Amino acid sequence: MESGFGSDFGSDFGSGGGGKLDPGLIMEQVKVQIAVANAQELLQRMTDKCFRKCIGKPGGALDNSEQKCIAMCMDRYMDAWNTVSRAYNSRLQRERANM
Amino acid sequence: RSGRRGTSNTGGTGNSMDAPSAAGLGGADPQLQRFIEVETQKQRFQQLVHQMTELCWEKCMDKPGPKLDSRAETCFLNCVERFIDTSQFILNRLEQTQKSKSAFSESLSD
Repeated sequence: MESGFGSDFGSDFGSGGGGKLDPGLIMEQVKVQIAVANAQELLQRMTDKCFRKCIGKPGGALDNSEQKCIAMCMDRYMDAWNTVSRAYNSRLQRERANM
Repeated sequence: RSGRRGTSNTGGTGNSMDAPSAAGLGGADPQLQRFIEVETQKQRFQQLVHQMTELCWEKCMDKPGPKLDSRAETCFLNCVERFIDTSQFILNRLEQTQKSKSAFSESLSD
């Protein structure tokens, strides 16, 4: 994971050349940064969980079974994340309907 | 924090800024203000999904298989509901104990 995710988006925050800030462009850039941050968070937690599940005593390299396990684990973690997201969303809708 | 139940504040870890304080940000621009409120809300949701996925994974996943079996899926669904219930329970009980000040300090001083 290189540090590219943390790099700045350049000094141009939608000011073009004129010095006037464009809120539309700022909002788009902020959305991108938020999406990147969320992806990072997901990857970090996924790595943690899958390392715990799949790697026993760390050897000199990742063997085939470990790699297969990690691959499956990644997919299952995404399934879990999506399931949780849907369930939470449903719960919120239900709560709002009951208000 | 008010004892509002059944809002998207449910179970929030509180490490993102509250919507009311977003009024200071975005300055006088109502469009930016609205944007900040909406994005803040979205982020609260995302953070909770991250947190619950992590917690529920520990409770519901054994060995990762080729697909999420129905037992695990049910476990995740229940886990989300019970986590929100827990959060609401805590808020409600805290509100109750706050109402009678003496009871509150009693329950603290175990």
